[in-house]
Amino acid sequence: MSYSYYPGCSLKGSSNAYEESLLAVFETLGVGLDELDDWNCCGATAYAAVDQMKAFAMAARNLALAEETAEGTGPVDLVAPCAGCYMTLLKTQRYLNKHRSVADTIEGALEAGGLHYDGRVRVRHPLDVLVNDVGLERVADAVSRPLHGLRVACYYGCLLVRPFATFDDPHNPTTLDRLMEALGAEPIDWPLKTRCCGGSCCGGPLVGTIREAGLRLISVLLREARRRDADILVTACPLCQFNLECFQDRVGQEFGEPVELTVGFFTQILGLALGLDERRLGIQRMLRWRLPELTSADGGGVHAYA
Amino acid sequence: MRPRARFGEGGCAEHAHEQLVEGVTLVKRRSGTPVGFAEEIAAIPGGERLRECIQCGACSAVCPLSAYMDYTPRRLIAMTQAEMKDEVLGSFSIWVCAGCYACTAACPKEIPITDMMYALKRTAIREGVHPRRFGTPVLAREFVGSVDRWGRNSESRLAINLYLKTHPRLLLQDYPLAERLRRRGRMRLRRESIRQRAQLRTILRAVETGPDRAPETGGGPTVGAGETR
Repeated sequence: MSYSYYPGCSLKGSSNAYEESLLAVFETLGVGLDELDDWNCCGATAYAAVDQMKAFAMAARNLALAEETAEGTGPVDLVAPCAGCYMTLLKTQRYLNKHRSVADTIEGALEAGGLHYDGRVRVRHPLDVLVNDVGLERVADAVSRPLHGLRVACYYGCLLVRPFATFDDPHNPTTLDRLMEALGAEPIDWPLKTRCCGGSCCGGPLVGTIREAGLRLISVLLREARRRDADILVTACPLCQFNLECFQDRVGQEFGEPVELTVGFFTQILGLALGLDERRLGIQRMLRWRLPELTSADGGGVHAYA
Repeated sequence: MRPRARFGEGGCAEHAHEQLVEGVTLVKRRSGTPVGFAEEIAAIPGGERLRECIQCGACSAVCPLSAYMDYTPRRLIAMTQAEMKDEVLGSFSIWVCAGCYACTAACPKEIPITDMMYALKRTAIREGVHPRRFGTPVLAREFVGSVDRWGRNSESRLAINLYLKTHPRLLLQDYPLAERLRRRGRMRLRRESIRQRAQLRTILRAVETGPDRAPETGGGPTVGAGETR
């Protein structure tokens, strides 16, 4: 089993722990990820605020490259772990399929660059691949250190399931919860699974004028997860992870009450359950990583993930 | 007292607008007159659904940021249809929108509200009416300038640029965070770039000269969109 892999800019920067843990986990499960050669920025959501058609062209170059490098004439799976890239690539593909005016312009532009796109790419998220291609049974079989007793707030964020609900429900997604259950962990029941963290376009707390609004959104999520006794909040998006982890001090200052919570990537938690070394999962890169001691199911002692 | 809208009659939507924005002068158009603001925004792919809005407010209710907006998404749609161009483009709301698609997913009439917000942002940037030193448009411009040129975004450089061009004071305040990230190998100042920069540039230029460059179907010229020439 092998897939074309589109990392995106964040996984090569502030979210390198996501890439490290993703590659380690997929390798352990026997799934190959081949990085797309010379991929460019997907255009993210910010490009759409300046020029939508050029934003489509940015994303389309990647789709064309993925098709070009694939063998055969069948569908080409392109795995995009960043929820922003995932949505942007998906959106471009939908518009190319649905709107003649977009397709004509992009076709001409790609041609000018010596590229061609047939529409054969299937944009996939690693969570989708794990649940639907690898299968949760196989994942559960590979678990060597079950995470019994670990209370996990599964946070899907916005763009993973909206506006295109490709592999999960847009209002109450469950794939991440089911994955965590397969690892022996306990996903908490909470209503904020897909509530925006504020990191996507308002630049989160980076942006002065709406800093207060950004911090409020972070605060709401962290507090609710804590209130329901979550040990960790897991995400499938580099922007959510960064936003929810890095501004906890600031949220404390703004709203007067400190709120601390470990915020990790779902691939890191999966890697721990698969028995992988913390350093392969980029855990030393996290600003905060404090998990309770967990008892193994077989009663064979205690292991700490602290 | 204006006449109430009656179903089955032409001009129903127009009467509805009159009720919504009473006291505001309406720009009435007949076929053959220049394309108005509402039509320009509705020209985005799928934008024709904008006319289907029933003003139910599901978008505003579900929006996590509507509390910080001067006009909620529902009102923005009504105001756009009512040709209140200056008020819409000058509103705070379009920059507060985080683009999370909650409204789009909630809309019972399948209106691409988030994409409409992007269209409003583009129009405001193009017409230069966005608030000065406001983060979001600066972020968009800086980001586009960088990826147009290098093909990839260098996160740390973008962040520093954004601070300097909006709130330099915050750079000092947030420096400790940057240092913590740097020590963990999460902040690199190296310039990220693709190899085939010329190819990307050709593709983007071809879009600019492509067959479909009506302002809002394509997004319009990227005036001030910042590739440093």
